Amino acid sequence: MAEPPSESHPEDPNRKQGEESSTETQRTLRRMTGVDESWWRGLVVPGLSVLLALIVGGIIIMVTDVDAWRVMGENPVAAIGEMLNDVWVAYRALFMGAFGSVRAISETLFTATPLVLAGLAVAVGFQTGLFNIGARGQMFMGGLAAVWVGLHVDLPAILHITLAILAAIVAGGIWGGITGLLKARTGAHEVITTIMLNFVAAFFVLWALKTPAFQAEGSNLPQSAPLPETVRLPPIFGEQYRVNIGLVIAVAAVFFVYWLMYRSTLGFEFRATGFSPSASVYAGMSVSFLLTAVMFISGGLAGVAGATMTQGLPPYTVTSNFAGTIGFDAIALALLGRSHPFGVAWAGLLFGALIAGGRSMQAVAGVSVDLVIVMQALIIVFIAAPELVRAIFRLKKADTEPTQLTKGWGA
Amino acid sequence: MTAVIDREETLEHKNRLTPEERRSVGVGVALIAMGLFVFFFLGLAVQAGEQSTFNLSLQTDRFQDLSWVVDARSFNIAIGLIILGLGVWRLTRRALDWTNIALALGFALFSFAFLAWAAAGSQFSLVGMLRSTVILAVVVVIGALTGLMCERVGVINIGIEGQLLASAFAGVVLSSAFGTWAGLAGALTVGGLLGWLLAWLTIKFRVDQIIAGVVINFLALGLTSLMSARILADVQSLNAPERIPAWRIPLLSDIPVIGPMFFDHTFFVYGMFVLVVVIHFGLFYTRWGLRSRSVGEHPKAADTAGINVYWVRYRNVILGGMIAGFGGAFLGLAQVARFEEDMTGGIGFIGLAAMIFGKWLPFGALGAGLVFGFARSVQQKVAILNIGIPSEFLLMVPYIVTIIVVAGVVGRTRPPAADGQPYIKQ
Repeated sequence: MAEPPSESHPEDPNRKQGEESSTETQRTLRRMTGVDESWWRGLVVPGLSVLLALIVGGIIIMVTDVDAWRVMGENPVAAIGEMLNDVWVAYRALFMGAFGSVRAISETLFTATPLVLAGLAVAVGFQTGLFNIGARGQMFMGGLAAVWVGLHVDLPAILHITLAILAAIVAGGIWGGITGLLKARTGAHEVITTIMLNFVAAFFVLWALKTPAFQAEGSNLPQSAPLPETVRLPPIFGEQYRVNIGLVIAVAAVFFVYWLMYRSTLGFEFRATGFSPSASVYAGMSVSFLLTAVMFISGGLAGVAGATMTQGLPPYTVTSNFAGTIGFDAIALALLGRSHPFGVAWAGLLFGALIAGGRSMQAVAGVSVDLVIVMQALIIVFIAAPELVRAIFRLKKADTEPTQLTKGWGA
Repeated sequence: MTAVIDREETLEHKNRLTPEERRSVGVGVALIAMGLFVFFFLGLAVQAGEQSTFNLSLQTDRFQDLSWVVDARSFNIAIGLIILGLGVWRLTRRALDWTNIALALGFALFSFAFLAWAAAGSQFSLVGMLRSTVILAVVVVIGALTGLMCERVGVINIGIEGQLLASAFAGVVLSSAFGTWAGLAGALTVGGLLGWLLAWLTIKFRVDQIIAGVVINFLALGLTSLMSARILADVQSLNAPERIPAWRIPLLSDIPVIGPMFFDHTFFVYGMFVLVVVIHFGLFYTRWGLRSRSVGEHPKAADTAGINVYWVRYRNVILGGMIAGFGGAFLGLAQVARFEEDMTGGIGFIGLAAMIFGKWLPFGALGAGLVFGFARSVQQKVAILNIGIPSEFLLMVPYIVTIIVVAGVVGRTRPPAADGQPYIKQ
């Protein structure tokens, strides 16, 4: 393993000042965002993390195999054989469900679409030093706004889709912006406010879908009326595959976020705030404005993710759990992608494959798709604690800076 | 934070008011608005002569048929005036730092007025509501104590939710298989293990404390849901723990209102009160507490004085995890008495907010927990009264209260100075 190039950065005078906390935060954020690393070095730890997560997931499948434990007493060899067979069946189903056929690939891309968008939302926050756990709530509000536009506005197809997505951006953005504003004005920690707003949004959706504004006429079910054709996201590869134009929107969002964060002044200020809020203040930036703005953008991206789950999900009648666990998957995904838009895109594809495959694993092998949540948690641990991965694989010690992303309650 | 300080300094310069005084004014205005609302909408709007009956005894009580009947209209007009008075008092005597007490009183009176309004012309079990306030406060208070144990030594614990959930699962499964005490022991062990995991990740690998906490939540949610789907759905006898019975305290439990509120519970509820007292005494009157607090305030100085910072942090975070395990056991073995996926539903985070609300003090945590318990209890009872507010909005209330609390309605709170900071031994 080569020496990390980060240790001597000529254009960064702060590096020489020793173990000051600001430099540490800087280095941490650099590492989290992958600015310092050559691309292959950036892949070692994430790759090994995914591998480790798969191994631990396999062990969990074995340990929770009830049928095998029943015969463990009489015939341990057969029991362990059955456990291993279980893992093989599960992982084969996972792989085939993700890549095994055109339909599987379509499912992977379809699942990846909202993941990439929500992952970008979390990544934009990370780069500004904010931990947005609220993608779930922002998806709810965005998706609901899109449904409202879909049901109550009458427009030709392209305009209708555009307007619905704009509504999703605004609604999700406002929901995220509340958190940014609270943080800027009162110092309320974004982790708590976003989680609480997730619950509030979930209850709001639950209520809204029971009102006549959303329900089909004469229906008592807590779900929306079917969305009109004009607002549905058209499929790309024909009606029989679910992957739709949302994928194009997600790819566009990846390039937009890349441009925003690395090519625009605003993005520079976002990242500067993430590196060091106090330095940004002295440079004349309004941290209050930046925190609110970045949470608006983050919420807007999550809102689009929500819109793809309402406008793009057959049979186009929206139920109260359309956000699923995407908001939480997005956190793991942003960390795995090192908060870089391109990294998030690849991580989104991987997670899309894991989840699409996980669904077929649940159907074929009876292993609950919750296993994917465990794997995501493990991936986060291993990425946040690269030393752990290095210790397990006996790699040379390279960078040992702590991964401190957030600071206390008041920061 | 910088922005907040700047803003406050400029305002202070303009108005010559200290931040406490400005808060006092803000609370005063809010109380006056609240008082007017009660006076007009909950008082004058009620038909004259409508009576609200508050029942003061439960069917199991020794003394039956106690009740308190009020005339809803005049009761609420009186309460509206009292709240108005509180507001004026805050405006005129703003130098006196009794703002939080006024605020708490105002909210309590408001709740009573609201209940009298909602129950006008019918009955309402007041003692039932107060009793469930205490029961619903337990997990919140225990969550707050967990957070407090960790944060007093400088480790932020966002993973309380996961610790509660995982220990509830362990408690339910072990209790179903081997009996109540095994369940309790298992819950404490799992809570302690997850505490150790948090300490290990944040101290040994210096993982960001918030990320480590989130990981614990994910792991707990994923593993318990997975095992619940793969094992509990298959072997349902593992999800049938014996509900731990209440221990009625003789004589004391016969006192009307107070008895059912405090002296007719499972040992978890008594345990919560004991924990509050023990942790308060421990933190402020023992060597353990002095060492813990010094590690949370200034780890470098503590290290120089010969205190093993890492060891103190490990010990307290593990103890905190075991306290969460106690709360999880209450959830799984007494309150719900079975395991359901994601049965915690964000209560760990509400506990965290209660810790902040209670200013990192055990008795503060107790008070804050009771406030949250009261909010939840009112919400449940009002949902039964069915007064036209959709239940979803009532369900939002505890979460919105949490946001308001962390947004600093309680005034300036000061976390331990080294909270959230990893310590690197030189």
